[in-house]
Amino acid sequence: MSIIAQHADILLLLACIFGFFMAWGIGANDVANAMGTSVGSGALTIWQAVIIAGIFEFLGAWLAGGQVTQTISKGLIHPELFADQPHILAIGMLAALLGAGTFLMVASVRGMPVSTGQSIIGGILGFALVSLGFDPINWSEIGKIVLSWIISPILAGLIAFLLFESIRHLIFNHPNPAAGARRYVPGYVFLAAFVIALVTLVKGLSHIGLELTTITSILLATVIGLFAAGIAGLLLRRLDLSEEALASDRYRNVERVFGYAQIFTAATMAFAHGSNDVANAIGPVAAVVNVIENPGQIGSESPLAGWVLILGGAGIVVGLATYGHRVIRTIGAGITELTPTRGFSAELSAASTVVLATWFGIPVSTTQTLVGAVLGVGLARGMRALNLTVLGGVFAGWLLTLPGAALFTAVFYFILRTIFV
Amino acid sequence: MDHGKASPLSRLFGRSPFEALTEHIRQVDRSADLLAQFFRYGSESNWERAEALYREISDCEHEADNLKDQIRLNLPSTLFLPISRSDLLELIEAQDKIVNKIKDIAGLMTGRRMQFPPALLGSINDYMQVTIAAVHQARKVLEELDELLESGFGRNVSDMIEDMVVELGKLEKRADNEQIDIRHKLLDLESDLPPLEVMFLYQIIDWIGTVSDRAERVGARLQIMMAR
Repeated sequence: MSIIAQHADILLLLACIFGFFMAWGIGANDVANAMGTSVGSGALTIWQAVIIAGIFEFLGAWLAGGQVTQTISKGLIHPELFADQPHILAIGMLAALLGAGTFLMVASVRGMPVSTGQSIIGGILGFALVSLGFDPINWSEIGKIVLSWIISPILAGLIAFLLFESIRHLIFNHPNPAAGARRYVPGYVFLAAFVIALVTLVKGLSHIGLELTTITSILLATVIGLFAAGIAGLLLRRLDLSEEALASDRYRNVERVFGYAQIFTAATMAFAHGSNDVANAIGPVAAVVNVIENPGQIGSESPLAGWVLILGGAGIVVGLATYGHRVIRTIGAGITELTPTRGFSAELSAASTVVLATWFGIPVSTTQTLVGAVLGVGLARGMRALNLTVLGGVFAGWLLTLPGAALFTAVFYFILRTIFV
Repeated sequence: MDHGKASPLSRLFGRSPFEALTEHIRQVDRSADLLAQFFRYGSESNWERAEALYREISDCEHEADNLKDQIRLNLPSTLFLPISRSDLLELIEAQDKIVNKIKDIAGLMTGRRMQFPPALLGSINDYMQVTIAAVHQARKVLEELDELLESGFGRNVSDMIEDMVVELGKLEKRADNEQIDIRHKLLDLESDLPPLEVMFLYQIIDWIGTVSDRAERVGARLQIMMAR
């Protein structure tokens, strides 16, 4: 315990620095995947995407990121096990941050797509294994999380399939598709806004002192959803959707309408991503903060410090602004076949799935969920050509990331322990 | 450190064969127009110009073959398309057969310096017009494929394509009727013409009929593709 008292300041500082660094990495690389679909379809310019992402990533992180953060900081290992050596927990979490961050850098250099969530889980697992051994780890939680990695793309794909099918039946088969779009798109916008609002209200606002009952939350979310739909309806009314003279431009107006709708789903995507991924950087930081502030009561329920989420949100935004825009440009340039109708379907499905996972406190990969969603649209015959080899890469990522990050973390853990203990 | 390339999102989108497919039908369409010009020069005995046109038709056919190969070589089984691979390959094959036949017709006529008896010229012209109209219609139908994909195989476009295919069928029927008419007329004249020449005239009349048949086949293939 004296170690904590001795090194409290340094440990806290290191935690903040490493956490911010991880968050920076998330903003620099990961956000691009969430926003790339909007830029690729032409719905947003790069800087519009950066601004929307900046605002909504931060909001998502701050307002709704708490649940997943709790899972990562406390749900994977029973913190009580460190009750008599809390400094080990602190050091372990620092090692996990370093290990996961390093693994991400190495993987990026080698051109391998990896998920920040999977890396940090691997990191914590690695630390837990070398310090506690096999048994004390909360394997059911780990199992649940790994299962979610597989289920979230599938679920997003299913929702995307149904969503695009509905767009096909309601709008593309409509005698006047553009008018159909103008009528039905506000409905879709309502869904997007309702989903975000509900998750935020039900799960996320406790740390800013706002506790609401479930019924109130649902009602409030409905109101917010209707409000957003109303705005969408008004904006669309001002669009000039005169009948296209040329048959070949028949669907251009439909795509225009969905281009506007994609602004809403882009915000949803950013919000969902922020809420789910901030925990990958901040979960361990929260654990360290917890240990330092209450070294004697490790296992007890302690509220998540609000500033931790703000730190994470800020890191993401800085990463996005300094480097992320370049990656968004690259990704957006490569996926121009994703027209607004398709991009909208994929984004709304992926965002809903991620937000659902956030509700349950489960970290999932936003990118892999988005890939699943696009495949779902493809299954609904909405995409011209999809490369299924991508799935092999995703699968390989699942196999390599956990051990890889765990290994790096174990090494850093031993180094840090030598320094501090 | 190009993070963009590493993203599975960047690698998810494959090269679609549909552009090459439309490019291909444009070559076919062009060859049909060239054939019309070829016929005019042939009937005027301007064989120098006719031969030049034959070479252009040959170039079209060659280009079409390149596009066909390009498509075939870029259809790995890991590429996920909204239509079945075999349907796509059958479609390009059906398109390709049109331009092959057109080249054969021009080739044979050039080689034998074939000319039609003056009495048949009028009917032959009508026959050619309908045949080329059928090829044009096949191209129009194929170009709707883009709309079909954009609407996610929506019913509006499907219905429109159906109508166009029916129109294509009518053109093919008219071509058939023209063929019957010409053969009757040739029957009346054949005893006055060199027998070998007559045989080849029947051959060419038959081949021109094949062109509109094959144009209709393209429409049928597209229908099959939509049905699945």
